[in-house]
Amino acid sequence: MKKVPKVLFFLIGLLVAQLLLAFYYPLRAREILLTSKTYLLEMLSILPPILILVGLFEVWVPKSVITRLLGIASGWKGVAVAVLTGTAGMGPLYVAFPIGVSLLNKGASLFNVAIFLCVWASIKIPMVLFEVKFLGAEFALLRLALTVPAILLIAALLNTFRLNTSRIQGNL
Amino acid sequence: MFVWLIWAAAALAFTFCFFKNREKTASSLRVSLKFLRSMALPTLLIIWTIGFVLGLLPTEVISRTIGREAGFMGVALAAVVGSIVLIQAFIAFPLAGSLLREGANVSAVAAFVTTLVMVGIVTLPLEAKCFGKKFAFWRNFLSFLFALMIALIMGAVLK
Repeated sequence: MKKVPKVLFFLIGLLVAQLLLAFYYPLRAREILLTSKTYLLEMLSILPPILILVGLFEVWVPKSVITRLLGIASGWKGVAVAVLTGTAGMGPLYVAFPIGVSLLNKGASLFNVAIFLCVWASIKIPMVLFEVKFLGAEFALLRLALTVPAILLIAALLNTFRLNTSRIQGNL
Repeated sequence: MFVWLIWAAAALAFTFCFFKNREKTASSLRVSLKFLRSMALPTLLIIWTIGFVLGLLPTEVISRTIGREAGFMGVALAAVVGSIVLIQAFIAFPLAGSLLREGANVSAVAAFVTTLVMVGIVTLPLEAKCFGKKFAFWRNFLSFLFALMIALIMGAVLK
């Protein structure tokens, strides 16, 4: 509830700027509205199916399932599960933090949890679709292809140096 | 074409789930609506902002700060901005796409998008509380470095 007034505040600011521009530079103001309209239409053309997918993911792959699957899987299977569950999750990264903690507590390896966190942050199927739409398939797929090995390397490095020393170790 | 594919995929997935479990699928629609409500205003804001950026900011300014002539500094700047700001990816993609069309460097846009999703300075304290300071710092730091690498490779591949 706290966020809404802030956004509204900015929106009103834009509205004022738009009206001022319309008064002093009508051509510029028109151009701005036309550009925004183009983007709005592009957004609306892709939004409904993405919303449906987001809802389906959230309900059919609940957090409890993710925790159960990742808690028991290990080895390459664990990596695969970490990647798959990371892509199916919804919401920003900080939603994944508590899931990661409970995974560690349930005995999932640090390597897998690190993969899970990074994948959750960067690779989500609806987001990839958005990226293809607005940045192009070449851009999106190349970035995806480079991100996956980067995540594996980051997780391997974090795991090698056993970096979760301060808090979690006490719980395990 | 691509848009139609997504519509088809969503329709297919929805029909399949509907026949498997009606109540669950109905509640997924409620989740969709909740998501729509939470993102409607921010999306409107960013789309309007794109209009202003493209309408008022001269193309030279964009290409001077994050375009090819800005070189590595532009990429680094984009990576730092992406690490700091906390906006959802689906709102950032249209903005990034519009910058790309206005002459921003591929590397800079890739750096921005990659650090945006993988590095979170704002959420760092929370991450440290969950996984320890060292883990949080190194995960973000390594993500930042790899994001730069990914960005430079992408700039070299996609001219």
